[in-house]
Amino acid sequence: MAVKVKIPTPLQRLTQGKEEVDGAPGTIINLVTELDKKFPGIAERISEGGKVRRFVNVYVNEEDIRFLQAEATVVKDGDEVSIVPAIAGGENAYSVKRYSEKRNILTL
Amino acid sequence: MGYVSGLKCRECGREYPVDPIYVCEFCFGPLEVVYDYKKIKKVLTKKAIKSREENLWRYKELLPIDGEPQVGLESGFTPLIKADNLAKEFGVSELYVKDDTVAHPTLSFKDRVVAVALTKAKEFGFDTVACASTGNLAHSVSAHGAKAGFKRFVFIPATLEASKIVASLVYEPNLVAVDGNYDEVNRLCSEIANKYKWAFVNINIRPFYAEGSKTQGFEIIEQLDWRAPDNVVVPCASGSLLTKVWKSFKEFKKIGLLKKLDTKVFAAQATGCSPIVAAIKQGTDVIRPVKPDTVAKSLAIGNPADGFYARQVVKETGGYGEDVSDKEIIDGIKLLAKTEGIFAETAGGVTVACTKKLIESGKIGRDEITVICITGNGLKTQEALTGQTAEMHHIKPNLAAFEEILKKIGK
Repeated sequence: MAVKVKIPTPLQRLTQGKEEVDGAPGTIINLVTELDKKFPGIAERISEGGKVRRFVNVYVNEEDIRFLQAEATVVKDGDEVSIVPAIAGGENAYSVKRYSEKRNILTL
Repeated sequence: MGYVSGLKCRECGREYPVDPIYVCEFCFGPLEVVYDYKKIKKVLTKKAIKSREENLWRYKELLPIDGEPQVGLESGFTPLIKADNLAKEFGVSELYVKDDTVAHPTLSFKDRVVAVALTKAKEFGFDTVACASTGNLAHSVSAHGAKAGFKRFVFIPATLEASKIVASLVYEPNLVAVDGNYDEVNRLCSEIANKYKWAFVNINIRPFYAEGSKTQGFEIIEQLDWRAPDNVVVPCASGSLLTKVWKSFKEFKKIGLLKKLDTKVFAAQATGCSPIVAAIKQGTDVIRPVKPDTVAKSLAIGNPADGFYARQVVKETGGYGEDVSDKEIIDGIKLLAKTEGIFAETAGGVTVACTKKLIESGKIGRDEITVICITGNGLKTQEALTGQTAEMHHIKPNLAAFEEILKKIGK
């Protein structure tokens, strides 16, 4: 059993069309680095200089890593990691939805 | 014409041609319009601007269109009111209200952004415009779109208040009430925008649409006789307006219309939804999403798309942020009405009340020039004041009854 990583549509070109791939346990930033070995190019799309890009949201078991330990959040086998691009310039509909499911957020 | 050289990702700097796109394919950052300022500097002089009609298109070279303006030809150029009564109330020497409560045609600053968005939509060849909104944006897209001859799809949550629905429906757009909350409406619109070739003003036209907000800043400078204020207080929902007002000041400096620029930019939010101000006060760059709970519904974006950039502008300019309670918001609306005769929507109450706090705390100096941005009309959000206004006098139709009241008022 590995960490389950959900890949958003725009990045599935790099994962041969796979929506879900296996990831390595450890910190989130380590998981991203390891993913790049299997799927070259994916790390620079998700992160830059050891930080997750501002318009990419990462969730561990439905919780935003900004509310955990950010890039240093540790995941273990069986955890589910979702990578979700924020809708830049819009009202961040995807990310808001994820929050709203848990927190009942409204937005205009 | 044609003063736009392309689109550029604000995050990673990748460049794109002028297309109805809004997000960087590489890093998912937002795209921003890039202009050829050298070329603009040659044509956009004070003399050229002053010779033009008093609407937002008098700065057209700094707006992202290729041809002539086509929509909103009477929009913009709202009054900049010297607010002496409010200044006295606050104990400051010079205070101005940028009054978009009288924006044409739908009484909010959204008439600016939609004028630009729909002109761009015409240039791109779209025949249908759309938006997801609950208020000001829905009204503006419905109205501007009617005049410009677009098919219009306006998506709202089905639970919206009747008064807001009527103010869109009267223009006869295709008003689609979705069984779901705002998030779900937005998500649906993203899917629709992917499938149908429509101009969603705040999705695929967003980089162009947002530029329209700059006209509020251009007008402030021109109406202050080509000076920048010491302070400007801007209400924040997504944070876009604040960043664009600052961008407008910088652009006027860049093309030589403004000699000196050391304006401080201040963010105003409701305490019940203040992710941007919270980051400013905590001195962090991380905008933490919140669950909005405020009477200022037009500012209730818990996860603001431009929050990071708004925070950067405040930091860069040495400004600050303030937030106010629902009671302070209502008091702010009433104060602006009774001192300056301007009835603002709840967002205006936020701006007035935050300005008061910023002055009291010394963040805004009492001998400085301050402009506050009032972005929408109070007639749209009257329900916020129910039971909160002064009471009327109810009398029988005779003089004695009236004089009885007069005596009471005299007390």
